[in-house]
Amino acid sequence: MLDVVFLSRLQFALTIMFHYLFPPLTIGMGVVLVYLEGMFLWKREPIYETAARFWTSLYAVSFAVGVATGIVMEFQFGTNWAVYSRFVGDVFGSALAAEGIFAFFLESGFLAVLVFGWDRVTPRFHFFATLMVSLGSIFSAIWIIVANSWQQTPAGHHIATVLREGKPWIVDGVMITRAEVVDFWSVVLNPSTVNRLTHTLIGGFILGSFFVMSISAYYLLRARHEDFARRSFSGGLLFATIASIGALISGDLNGRMIAEHQPAKLAAFEQHFNTGPGNLFFVPGGLSLLLRGDRSAEVIGLDRIRPEYRPPVMVSSLSFRLMVVLGVSFIGLTLFASWRRWRGTLFDTRWLLWVFVFAVVGAFAANELGWVAAEVGRQPWIVHPNIVRDASGRPILDADGFLQYRLEEGLLTRNAVSESVGGGEVLGSIVMFGFIYTLLFLMWIYVLDDKIKKGPKPVHMVDHTTTQSILASAAGRTLKEESMSEAKE
Amino acid sequence: MVWFILLGVLLAGYAVLDGFDLGVGILHLLARTDQDRRLFINAIGPIWDGNEVWLITFGGALFAAFPNAYATIFSGFYVAFMALLFALIFRAVSIEFRSKMTSDVWRQAWDIGFFGSSLLASFLFGVAVGNGMIGIPLNERGVFVGTISDLLNPYALLAGLTVVSMFAMHGAIFLALKIPKGEAHDRIRNWIWHTWGIFLVFYVLGSMYTLVAIPRATANFAEHPWAAVIVILNVLAVANIPRSVFLGRMLEAFVSSCGTIIALVFLFGMALWPNLVAASNHPSYALTIYNAASSPRTLWIMLLIAMIGMPFVLTYTIAVYWTFRGRVELREHSY
Repeated sequence: MLDVVFLSRLQFALTIMFHYLFPPLTIGMGVVLVYLEGMFLWKREPIYETAARFWTSLYAVSFAVGVATGIVMEFQFGTNWAVYSRFVGDVFGSALAAEGIFAFFLESGFLAVLVFGWDRVTPRFHFFATLMVSLGSIFSAIWIIVANSWQQTPAGHHIATVLREGKPWIVDGVMITRAEVVDFWSVVLNPSTVNRLTHTLIGGFILGSFFVMSISAYYLLRARHEDFARRSFSGGLLFATIASIGALISGDLNGRMIAEHQPAKLAAFEQHFNTGPGNLFFVPGGLSLLLRGDRSAEVIGLDRIRPEYRPPVMVSSLSFRLMVVLGVSFIGLTLFASWRRWRGTLFDTRWLLWVFVFAVVGAFAANELGWVAAEVGRQPWIVHPNIVRDASGRPILDADGFLQYRLEEGLLTRNAVSESVGGGEVLGSIVMFGFIYTLLFLMWIYVLDDKIKKGPKPVHMVDHTTTQSILASAAGRTLKEESMSEAKE
Repeated sequence: MVWFILLGVLLAGYAVLDGFDLGVGILHLLARTDQDRRLFINAIGPIWDGNEVWLITFGGALFAAFPNAYATIFSGFYVAFMALLFALIFRAVSIEFRSKMTSDVWRQAWDIGFFGSSLLASFLFGVAVGNGMIGIPLNERGVFVGTISDLLNPYALLAGLTVVSMFAMHGAIFLALKIPKGEAHDRIRNWIWHTWGIFLVFYVLGSMYTLVAIPRATANFAEHPWAAVIVILNVLAVANIPRSVFLGRMLEAFVSSCGTIIALVFLFGMALWPNLVAASNHPSYALTIYNAASSPRTLWIMLLIAMIGMPFVLTYTIAVYWTFRGRVELREHSY
């Protein structure tokens, strides 16, 4: 018998991790594009338009893959996690719908202008479209993180008995309950939303800027498009340095928030088994110092969590620590490169440029690992219940010395899968996703490679209206020739 | 009630907009030359992605407003939804990849992919709508208890074919608006006649089947006689298509085709009301707008969100279509 829970989790993990290669990239690159087009409008130097056109073409294909894989995510709550959907739809579904209405339409509508509109709209309108797409991707992040944060630290809702014809609905002796919104703004601004959103957006900024630096460094090493590459690299470096330091600060805030609301998760991250002073990596008392400013302060360990409610320690701590190591090395790398840039020797340090060509892989990995840590650390819950506290906010322990959860609030992952779906069906869909995502990934790499090889095309200052009419008449006459010459490229 | 209507609006929006680009995909293989095929893809190039967002938002709105129905439909139609996802993604890949290489085999392969996935997606929508009409077996808690073969009943298959032919017709009319005048344009005009004929056959068959097999579909019309106006408008819209094509008024034909789709979605909703998912085994197990809905507070919040958001959506959807008005040309950024 195939295990539907395991397979559904596997499928969700695979599809979300594949999907999540793209959103942070486009969030980060979106800011770069807004900057470039803004500079073009302000300074009117063609190099900015050249750069904007080039990065837009890479941005667009990444965006498209992000959208295609995003549909899968939205459908999966219903297809694989029907019980979860029924339980949280009132709260979680609202955030998803808001994402659709506020973010998706904005992004996909204006993306068309971004990609196909260069010769059809004025630079000013194109800039506006870029701004809207970038804003859309940030809105999208906001709503999806609201939804996810509510799963981590639920607030602003109550657990209601579902009524049928005015009476509590009981099937086979089980009263059917679900989460319902009481205070919408408390749902949106639940205890973890702001911290997690900041950290996620910064993660996107780091990835976007490392992506820009990677390709620019490659051009510099190959001595191609050097002026373009130097400017892009410098801009990316400044952005990456600020973002890397920001990630450290927001990471610290996140740590404090998790210690307060999800002690089991933090204990798993730090492999902190026994309640008492907590170590940070191998620094004795480091965790206590970081959280409470005192090396001997008590931090709740896994021994205070009932065994059945402990998250998988290995996966969450490994992914968490790798993310931290990567984050710290980004700070070192960007500070070092900034110093070289200031001294004027950066572009002659070939080994450093090579490091930057590949550092983008680390940035992708750090974003993924952050999510793995956050979501595996949430297990075994799909909706993490709040901890029972006394009036002063201190957790109340039960008779066995364990933390108590408000069990009616929570939902265990293993109880949340669809009842009408069999293991074979899920296995089949995993194989299908494996196939189609491989294809999608190859397409993405192929298109990126193609565009990077061709490189940015210099744009000369011309009046846009004349270009358009020349292009239009040329296109009308020489369709065949054009497609042939394009093929030769 | 309001959300039932809003979902109807989203569904109609999706069917009208993605309908023509799926239709273009269904007709794709009929184009003879490579240049025609590129024109086809570029006719929908800038907008197909935005059109699919209507589906995503429909899904999100269903999740938020009627979580029970969302959970039942999506998990009950598991294989169908997975096939739909496959088709939608494969379609995107085909569009993106096709014109990247010049090899004939390469392009032929992706052309078939584009055609096949468009066809599959349209067909699956029809099947889903058909099953919604005729009902599926549910248990007391509204969980689907049937198997895949329950979903492939004759009525649902007929609905699938109806939607395919309707989208093909809709797509052909759209192409007639977008493809430059010439030999290809004349052929597209011919396709409109053929697809219209095929659609008419399925439309009549489907209507008769519904009247005979699903008595509950007509109950609401007895209570609300004014709905007959929509039926008449629907018939008039269908009839107006060949008339306006004959007169060469393509825009009018396109509007009629949109009208046909909107009217059909309306009739579908009317027949369904107040059910969201009818239970074929036990009518009282059906998921209705009352027992599948979110709390009134959430519905109000969502309504507020929709009222703030939708005017913006409509504004920039129109802005984007306006930007890409006129007939297609192939240029540097084309597929």
